[in-house]
Amino acid sequence: MEDSDMTDAPAAPLGNEEEEQVTDLPTPQDATAGASTKLEDMFGDDSDDDDDEFSSSAPARPAASSQPDPQSAPAPSKPRYAEPDTLRQFYSRLFPFRPLFQWLNHSPTPQPDFQNREFAFVLPGGAYIRYQSFASADLFRKQCIQMTPERFEIGPQYSINPRDRKTLRKASAFRPVMKELVFDIDMTDYDPIRTCCSGAAICPKCWQFITMAIKVVDAALREDFGFQHILWVYSGRRGAHAWISDKRAREMDDTKRRALANYLVLVSGNEQGKKTGIKRPLHPHIDRSLKILNPYFQTDVLADQDPWHSAERAEKLLALLPDKTLTTALQKKWDSSPNRSSNQKWSDIDTVAEAGNLSATFTAKQLVEAKQDIRLEYTYPRLDAEVSKKLNHLLKSPFVVHPGTGRVCVPIDTRSLEDFDPFSVPTVTQLLQEIDAWDAEHVGMTEEDRAKVQDWQRTSLKPYVEYFRGYVAGLLKAESAAGKRGREEEGVAGSESMEF
Amino acid sequence: MLAVTSAPRIASNKRTVVDARRQQFAKTRHAPEEYPHRLNFYLVPPAGDIALEQFEEWAIARLKVLGELESCQFRNKTPAETDEHMKPVLDKYMRLSSNASRSGEVQDERKRDHYSHWTLRLAFSSTPDLRQRFARLETQLLKLRMASDDARERRAFIDSLSMSWETLSEEEKITWLDQLKAATNLKRDEEESWFKVAWEKVPELVERRQCLLKRGVAYVHVREQQTMVINEFSRQLETGLELAARNLPRMDEDNRLSPILHHLSQSFVAPDAGYSESSSIGDITTPTAAAIDGLSQHFPLCMQNLHRELRKNSHLKHFGRLQYTLFLKGIGLSLQECILFWRKSFKLIADDKFKSDYLYNIRHAYGDVGGDSNRRGRGYTPYSCQKLLTEPAPSAGQTHGCPYRTYNPDNLLSLLQSVGVSDRTLLQGVKEDVGKQRYHIACNRVFDYAHKAQIKKVKDEGLWSASELDLVLHPNAYFKRSFLLKNLGKVKAGDLGVDGAFGVSSGGAGEKMEE
Ligand SMILES: [Zn+2]
Repeated sequence: MEDSDMTDAPAAPLGNEEEEQVTDLPTPQDATAGASTKLEDMFGDDSDDDDDEFSSSAPARPAASSQPDPQSAPAPSKPRYAEPDTLRQFYSRLFPFRPLFQWLNHSPTPQPDFQNREFAFVLPGGAYIRYQSFASADLFRKQCIQMTPERFEIGPQYSINPRDRKTLRKASAFRPVMKELVFDIDMTDYDPIRTCCSGAAICPKCWQFITMAIKVVDAALREDFGFQHILWVYSGRRGAHAWISDKRAREMDDTKRRALANYLVLVSGNEQGKKTGIKRPLHPHIDRSLKILNPYFQTDVLADQDPWHSAERAEKLLALLPDKTLTTALQKKWDSSPNRSSNQKWSDIDTVAEAGNLSATFTAKQLVEAKQDIRLEYTYPRLDAEVSKKLNHLLKSPFVVHPGTGRVCVPIDTRSLEDFDPFSVPTVTQLLQEIDAWDAEHVGMTEEDRAKVQDWQRTSLKPYVEYFRGYVAGLLKAESAAGKRGREEEGVAGSESMEF
Repeated sequence: MLAVTSAPRIASNKRTVVDARRQQFAKTRHAPEEYPHRLNFYLVPPAGDIALEQFEEWAIARLKVLGELESCQFRNKTPAETDEHMKPVLDKYMRLSSNASRSGEVQDERKRDHYSHWTLRLAFSSTPDLRQRFARLETQLLKLRMASDDARERRAFIDSLSMSWETLSEEEKITWLDQLKAATNLKRDEEESWFKVAWEKVPELVERRQCLLKRGVAYVHVREQQTMVINEFSRQLETGLELAARNLPRMDEDNRLSPILHHLSQSFVAPDAGYSESSSIGDITTPTAAAIDGLSQHFPLCMQNLHRELRKNSHLKHFGRLQYTLFLKGIGLSLQECILFWRKSFKLIADDKFKSDYLYNIRHAYGDVGGDSNRRGRGYTPYSCQKLLTEPAPSAGQTHGCPYRTYNPDNLLSLLQSVGVSDRTLLQGVKEDVGKQRYHIACNRVFDYAHKAQIKKVKDEGLWSASELDLVLHPNAYFKRSFLLKNLGKVKAGDLGVDGAFGVSSGGAGEKMEE
């Protein structure tokens, strides 16, 4: 799990005293409660108008303080992208609050889906504030501008407004009721099989593992579970998140989440050569995954990663082959010609086996299966499944800035998945410079024409926001069609009698 | 057991209440109660009139059944052994006849089954732990009954459930045959028959990749059907219990029901066991004050703990003294010997102070002094596990109660180690039991381990009947069983009675009394 990327704490029991204390800290929002109420009145309820939060008439950046000369300014204690002023600019001018609100709310007007949903803020000082909730997109935006969180996380919708949870007499009445199904794929889980980088580092070669994982998981979610509203998001450094918003996915309880997660997880065969326990015939999901992964195994694993090049690393491969006669013969061959590539070693397996180096009890079919297992071991998605198993787990929001890299956690368009390049994802500082550059280029423009182009449209964040808006529009459309049917059904349920 | 002295009055009141509450639903929701099937998913709460004593009596019978079922599980009985153990229990407490039996009792039996389930459902909805245990045991009970059901009647029951499953058409089967076989691991001798159901209905099969999934629909082999029914029952019951928990505050307002529900849920913490005079060893030997140190090896942890505290401090606080005195009375220590025991144990206390501060309480516990009723009842009854597990927890400096409940896990484990329980697997088991608040199970686990060899012997040689090895639910029963097991040969040979003293200790353990 990425160090500053995910929160695994939220599964903690509700009503935990320590948590309560954290959230008891006076928040800036509390301090300005009067002011925000007035603003709320002014803006009225959320309208379905255009993205007024992107309006270029938003408070202008103070020119002097926002652009200190990096050479002459005193060394900042934080990187530029984590400074409160930078974050304030980001939240007030660039962050797509409106579509984010609609995405979590499933409707243009505020619903409990959004209003009773938990947000957790990580403040610049490191404080972690849980159980924040907001009546509207605009109030949410105001608090972000006010508090300039380094990042925020999204949790479930609760049975009541999370801010009111302490007013309940019975703690059990406060419970999570709905959340998107989420997945987390992190490169650190690939350290045992990648040779190019380790730890926090990534490069285009190992990013391919994330690409493969997205393909396999996305196919299973769509074809096996019938989900349609799947948003993949770059986690800002070395991984990806998935958010599934289908109603059926959102309403899953922990049992179903765990079942689905375990359906997708393949127990790793690990380096000790333990059997992976993948049963034969292959389950259709594994069979399909293998078909998707086979080409990647040839190019990205054997050629690019070359995982068994050295004699030491080749032992890992031998450990995964269950026949002693075969491994002894291979060992002998590789000892005499030590510089064989992984590609060559992989084909050596068949050559040596066909030359008769197989135990009497070990069949050709078993060899095929062992090789399938190895391919899966080196290509099959490595999910951090715990994240997916709990309804009340929080996950970092799309479009926030990764505190370690300054990159924006942008959505990944799976229609052009192979083209996604994590190194070309804009950083927040870069985006703010792009606005300035655009402004400089368009000095001749009339004030009126300039106002038509919102800040985000002046930057390289534009394609990501546009993709997200399109995605959310599709979700809302499906939701309003399904909503009608749902409301009719709800009229009957929920009247369980307890008069006995 | 709870003595409902004013049962008739309460019953009539209760009837009015039920009627009034039911009125608004009577027409729309509840058809007259008929039970076409032996098995029941208990989806609809009962609607009929029921007197308060029946309400309680039926629930207690069901509780007995669930308790026995839990003890089978704790004893790691195989399904066949469980079946064998449960058959007489079910026949005695909750007989359910098949339609084919043509018994005149069929409808009444099913009504009892239905009502008692709902009573316990209410009683056990209050905490997550009770809900989980209740759902687990009810699920096992259904499984047990389903296995014993007549095949045709079982099929009719399964068909009656709205499980929304659909058989595969021939065309679908031909199209997906290879995938179906691979996904469900079809064996050569199995029929090629599958059905379709929303995947959410079979999370267990999805989790293990034992069904085919297509766009949210699970294709399941027919062999899974019974398991599915059981799992569906378990799921619906869990949901129902959550719902009941949320409605419980409203139930609390009915002050006629709440004491019964409360008592039932306490009985589930540890089934209630009255003190039985046979827990005394007075018929085998005459325990003396001087023998207590030696006998303490047979004490359950709660009493060993008190004994050790007493020896360490030469003193015990009031509630600890009371608990221990009653226990000693229960093992057959006479009043005189008991007074002597305390007198010697409180060696830092002067005679005068002992007489003025402590003597009366000991005599009172034995029924030697006090009001008529106390003397007639021969004092207080020794405390049961349930009593110790449900009384208020001791405050700092007090050592009474059940240590499995009152000690935090780390201190509990060191206490156990200090009395010689050191097997790691055993301690791990204790820790798990305690984590699940199954304190009496933890205590029985320790007992079984400490008497492993002897239990094997009496089982193998058929010396004891199965019921003599039931769960221990009373500290005095623990003592007696331990004493007998550790003195197997001697008791039989009469060696213990060397003093020739089969004399009844004066003022010894009384009969069972109402508290
Ligand atoms: Zn790399």
